[in-house]
Amino acid sequence: MTPVEAGMLGQVALLAAAVASALLVPSARWRSRVSGILCALLAAAGVITGAIALTGGRGALTIPTALPMDPLVLSPDRLGGLVMVVVSVVGVLASLFGIGSARVASASRTAWASMAVFLFGMQLVPAATDVVSFLLFWEIMTLGSTALLLAHHATRGTVASALVWYSAMSQLSFFFVLAGFAVLAGATGGTGFAALATLDPASWQASLAFVLLLLGFGGKAELVPLHVWVPRVLPEAPGHVAAAMSGAMVNIGVYGALLVCVRLLPNGPAWWGVLIMALGAVSALYGILQASVASNLKVLLAYSTTENMGLVFLGLGASVLLRGDHATGAADAALLAALLLMVSHAAFKATLFLGAGAVARSTREMNLDRLGGLGSRMPWTAGAFGAAALGAAALPVTSGFVAEWMLLQALVHGSRVGGEVVSVTSSVAMPLAVAVIALTAGLALLTFVKAYGIAFLARPRSAQATAAREVPLIMRIPLIIGALLVIGLGLLPGPLTEALASAVGPAFTPDVRTIGLAGVDARGIDVVLDPTTFVALAALVLVPVLAAILISARRHPTRVSPLPWAGGGSRLRPRMQYTATSYAEPLVRVFDDVLRPTRDVEVTHVGESRYLVERVHVEQSVSDVIETRFYRPVLGLAQRFGVLARRAQNGSIHRYLSYSFVALLVVLIVVSL
Amino acid sequence: MIPAIAIALLQLVLFVFLSPLLIGVMRQVRARLEGRAGSGIWQPWRDVRKLVAKDPVRASDSSWMLAAGPVTLLVSSLLLCVLLPLVGTLPLPLVPSDLFVIVSIMLIGVVALALVGLDAGTAFGGMGSSRHMTVAALVEPTLLLAVYALSIPAGTSTLSLIVETRLQNPAVIISPVSLLAMVALAIAIMAETSRLPIDNPSTHLELTMLHEAMVLEASGRDLAWLELGSWLKLAALLGLLSNLILPWGVLTDFSLPGVLVGLGAVTAKILLLGVALSVGEVFLAKVRLFRVPELLAGSFALALLAVTASYLVA
Repeated sequence: MTPVEAGMLGQVALLAAAVASALLVPSARWRSRVSGILCALLAAAGVITGAIALTGGRGALTIPTALPMDPLVLSPDRLGGLVMVVVSVVGVLASLFGIGSARVASASRTAWASMAVFLFGMQLVPAATDVVSFLLFWEIMTLGSTALLLAHHATRGTVASALVWYSAMSQLSFFFVLAGFAVLAGATGGTGFAALATLDPASWQASLAFVLLLLGFGGKAELVPLHVWVPRVLPEAPGHVAAAMSGAMVNIGVYGALLVCVRLLPNGPAWWGVLIMALGAVSALYGILQASVASNLKVLLAYSTTENMGLVFLGLGASVLLRGDHATGAADAALLAALLLMVSHAAFKATLFLGAGAVARSTREMNLDRLGGLGSRMPWTAGAFGAAALGAAALPVTSGFVAEWMLLQALVHGSRVGGEVVSVTSSVAMPLAVAVIALTAGLALLTFVKAYGIAFLARPRSAQATAAREVPLIMRIPLIIGALLVIGLGLLPGPLTEALASAVGPAFTPDVRTIGLAGVDARGIDVVLDPTTFVALAALVLVPVLAAILISARRHPTRVSPLPWAGGGSRLRPRMQYTATSYAEPLVRVFDDVLRPTRDVEVTHVGESRYLVERVHVEQSVSDVIETRFYRPVLGLAQRFGVLARRAQNGSIHRYLSYSFVALLVVLIVVSL
Repeated sequence: MIPAIAIALLQLVLFVFLSPLLIGVMRQVRARLEGRAGSGIWQPWRDVRKLVAKDPVRASDSSWMLAAGPVTLLVSSLLLCVLLPLVGTLPLPLVPSDLFVIVSIMLIGVVALALVGLDAGTAFGGMGSSRHMTVAALVEPTLLLAVYALSIPAGTSTLSLIVETRLQNPAVIISPVSLLAMVALAIAIMAETSRLPIDNPSTHLELTMLHEAMVLEASGRDLAWLELGSWLKLAALLGLLSNLILPWGVLTDFSLPGVLVGLGAVTAKILLLGVALSVGEVFLAKVRLFRVPELLAGSFALALLAVTASYLVA
């Protein structure tokens, strides 16, 4: 038995143990501890298995069936190993956090059992080597996550509606994936991925399958317009579940897209690349725009996931387009950028959602307008959230920065090879893509300055925020590990990129090397980045500044005053600070046409005077335009059809008998013709 | 490698001394043109000295951000002075003056300033911070696209190589593509450094403030770092702009006379551009905040035109 086989069998055994402990341990507190540890072990087994597969370890488990098709084999390749590692690391963090944070409903038997099932399904999707086992574990993953979300249905009314959206959208994705694979299987006559890969990418079946699979996997990766479930579902999920869904599950969608573009149908036509890029660009812009105006912390993070996945697909699309133009160096760099974005997103988004979970546990409040001043009350959470927010805003020296840098470099170097313009399509697409990324990055900056600044700085805006306390150690540990991952992956891009480059082999062989201490040298496009040297440089520059501060501080210590400038008046009340809503107000005005906010201002006057105002009540809400303009009409149409059908089917036996009679007549007439 | 480090160090020292002088000259020119006596070109220096010798005061609910933010802004601006090709274009080992890295180092300063504005917990700080970040978000596409356009003739996004290309091939500088890109870049830099017509650096009316509103609650050395950091950023970006427009005088091979020429050239160019800027500002009024996006959209259109034209025409 090879280590990979042992690892996969270990995951099966740990799944059984975790489910058993979730069902059998009677006390909720001990159930959280035992099941949480077993879930963490299950995920840790995934990390080890994936790491071995990523470094070239092989092994196969065959699921015996009596069905007449290719055998169901689980055997992760390097790419599968990479995704398994990413997903499982998030799983470990989420499980550890869950030990401390799971309470009442989220510590129930169902919740912990389905958490284990969810993690297990997610970890084994990338191991599948044929359509049937892929879809099997895909559905196990969906089932686990759905049951997990159900946990809070008894206490909150909104959960049920969120869950309906989630199930419907999951099944829609599943339908697209199934249809796409069915087209491929029909054209090639096999169900194993090796058989599917024999199809010519230029054929019409390949294009049809590509569009269907892109829609299916895009839905799982929360891309526009299939993202509508995200802002409903993730805010209802507890922090650790949201972290596992948004940090890990979306990567399965990305894996699916990679499977199509790297393994099954590499070297597809150029319009595939343009299509993926367009889908990614729209998702990135729309996601970050919605995130930047959101006031609920979890909604903000949920929309930001759409943005990040949009960037991943933008990179993937650029790599397909550039490969068609024979700009191989830039195409490889774009593919690496997509992988880097996926890895870094998993690290920072998991940490951000865990941070949001910690805030929710301490304050029971997710509305940023009612938070504030948490930095001094929850220093560990604030530090971890801050580091992850830097990653989400793609600032140095985080993994998010390395990923966006690589993507921009790939795009800038993509339109010309040796001074020659490669194609008109790419010379229009690349500048537009750079502009989209730049605007996205700018808005992400604003979004995360808002998220961190409003929640953790300034003065508390409510009693709950004033009374907030730091979370217990078991919840702080995953937060800190997550923050260290965000910074660490950003400091060591060289080894990371080399590992990613090996994962897309042997189909593609990006030429990257480690340079300096741990910097990355992308030789295909001739660019280098060494974050550690930048940190050293910054430290050198900082030394004289710090010396000046120390000397100055000894003579002139900082005085703390309850009444600093405040515009010359008395200290304003905390309510008069800027809130998240007011912070995004200029942006709402600028993007009025896209966001279409509804604003309701109610002015109450004093007594009879028109000139004196007693109270002003302002209410503003931004709805999801795609939901109101696209899904609502479709749902309305379905509803109208339902009403019509109900009129035909009113339950009267006479009417059914006359239907049968008419049907019989029609059949007889048709036969006699 | 040693000459490159020496030049970087020289740039750092030069700009720390030069940037307050630049501000002093700009203020003095403006004062004279407006018929005022002005406070002399050394006043910014005296301001910094005065601020460092004062006790900083902070509000009781504010956090470490009020002290760390100004230092972060200062360090990010100092790094700009080290990395940009100002005196010379000698590349530092492992840290080329990569456009995207430069922009993100600058953004660290932007974010630090915005967080300082929020930390004070007052309405003005938050207002300034919100407007500042909105402008920063909208400027970024223009900024990146403009330098993308400039990078195409050189085939690299490393700024020192771009400057060298323009030095060797001056025809590039007056090509329509380059002119479009330079106009777009100039507007982006005005917005980034909080100058007219986007922000009024000498305003005393709180409702029109962007930059000033964020630093209202800072005092003592914290305020000194914020001011010095902003001045350094202005000087470094003006230095970059002037080296892109007039690359002559920039040191490309290390030699002692070359260093002196490089120092003199960049000082003269920056002061000249600064004077031109402040003369221009006398005749400009601040744009209404909600007209700023239109201005930036215009400059974005120029930058996009520059990029696509350089692919499709050239």
